[in-house]
Amino acid sequence: MKITEQEVRYVAALAHLELSAEEVQRMTHDLDGILAHMDKLRELDTSGVPPMAQVLYPGAENSTLREDEPREPLAHEEAMANAPAAGAGCFKVPRVIER
Amino acid sequence: METGKLSIGGIQEALRARRVSARELAREAMRAAREQNAASNAWLLVAEERAMRAAEAVDAALERGEEPGPLAGVPLAVKDNIATRGVRTTCGSRLLEHFVPPYDATAVARLAQAGAVVIGKTNCDEFAMGSSNENSAFGPVRNPAAPERVPGGSSGGSAAAVAQGAVVAALGSDTGGSIRQPASFCGVVGLSPTYGRVSRYGLVAFASSLDRIGPLARNVRDAARILQAMAGRDERDSTSAFAPVPDYEAVMTGEARGLRVGVPREYFEGLAGGTAEQMEKAKTLLASLGCDLREISLPHTPYAIPCYYIVCTAEASSNLARYDGVRYTWRATQAETLKEMYERTRGQGFGAECKRRIMLGTYVLSAGYYDAYYLKAQQVRTLITRDFLAAFEQVDVIAAPVSPFPAFRLGEKLDDPLQMYLSDIFTITASLAGLPAMSVPCGQTGEGLPVGLQLIGPHFGEPVLFRLAEAFERAGGAEL
Repeated sequence: MKITEQEVRYVAALAHLELSAEEVQRMTHDLDGILAHMDKLRELDTSGVPPMAQVLYPGAENSTLREDEPREPLAHEEAMANAPAAGAGCFKVPRVIER
Repeated sequence: METGKLSIGGIQEALRARRVSARELAREAMRAAREQNAASNAWLLVAEERAMRAAEAVDAALERGEEPGPLAGVPLAVKDNIATRGVRTTCGSRLLEHFVPPYDATAVARLAQAGAVVIGKTNCDEFAMGSSNENSAFGPVRNPAAPERVPGGSSGGSAAAVAQGAVVAALGSDTGGSIRQPASFCGVVGLSPTYGRVSRYGLVAFASSLDRIGPLARNVRDAARILQAMAGRDERDSTSAFAPVPDYEAVMTGEARGLRVGVPREYFEGLAGGTAEQMEKAKTLLASLGCDLREISLPHTPYAIPCYYIVCTAEASSNLARYDGVRYTWRATQAETLKEMYERTRGQGFGAECKRRIMLGTYVLSAGYYDAYYLKAQQVRTLITRDFLAAFEQVDVIAAPVSPFPAFRLGEKLDDPLQMYLSDIFTITASLAGLPAMSVPCGQTGEGLPVGLQLIGPHFGEPVLFRLAEAFERAGGAEL
């Protein structure tokens, strides 16, 4: 076994993902098969091979930086328009601080 | 006049000769989209108001004697993970069922600026995660060539919409093959440009070191014209390339003599369902065009699947963290605490495949596993890229199948995620290396299923892809 149900529950908690008992079972089975396949990479000796952190970057080092000039931002109402709950110009969420 | 099968060039001529108006083209495209959707489920939305407004602007420009742009009046579909101002953009997810972007993606804005008319949004796998379009929260898409089969994914709706003919072209996104594989399954042209060639501003992020926007079209020239209008540096995407955009049409002479075409032996193993036969015909046609076919080897190909699914899930788990029910998604009700609200929203909002990838990505990045999975995969990615760079010292372009098999049946691979992942073997390699790659129609199998020939070029090698693809098309590649 590459992964246990207990580990699946731990990873789900890290990812803020609620999974039903049935989903945990199925997920454990699926991840186990996929992780076993991923072990194939161990066949390769990669010592001294640099990780590919950058795909392609033909520009000069700082060329993506622009002048720091203020511009018109997205209007407040537009930025809030898709919120599931909002009020007084703020996003509303369940209470996080007890009085 | 019959507008259904017009090319971009044909539309420009007809508009300027006043044989048709942009409004007529838009109305006909919307009518066809609605009608064809009944068979395919390729469309998630027809953008009536936006389309008519854009078409009216083109007609008004023509009335005034102004130049309306190189894509004037061209009916275009946009994959539903690409932002369209004022037009709902769901990413095929319940979480974004009611999300209306306040801005256009740069690619969309540039095409609109060139006169293209956005007709509507196309179905896709949820957050572009899938190879069959079966992971959409709004139902699967059916392949126009065979309704009991998948159109491929994740840009399945875009490929099906172009194949059915309501639109001249569509935008898709390609992370591991999501433009090329549906293009091949549906028998249309699909291009994943060089990483950074087209701005991703407004493309909903899946795996940022892999994601690209590209065109799907009925022919190579139309695909080139779409790319021409949207390629180039965008200061809103720091990964967009500074490299100048060449004139793609200038290279399409129908002439491919002397091009050195690499045939990677690892890509011709395990082909099924008539794909091998179509590839043999393709090689014969390429040889008859005067191409110099050379067998090459890309030895790290067998490691591409694990490498890709580590990198893409790691990035996805991070990118999808933003869907927390606070700013712009659907929110689960009856949560007492903030944490419960996050967990329920995500647990109920994401479909099975997204959850699987979030879990995998979170796992491979978690403490104690980072070196064994993510770092290792990034090193293997370097090796895969080096394979290609070495090959391009000997050849100008690489030719291979897009997929090991033609379109499979709906449901056939749905219960076995690993089998689904393995079907991406021939497209993810160019994705990992950041190379431009294209699917060009390469006839049909005995069962009548389309097959695509994949052409892979060096970085920023779109011109050589267009040159060879157009010559292949002109020589009858689609009728093989």
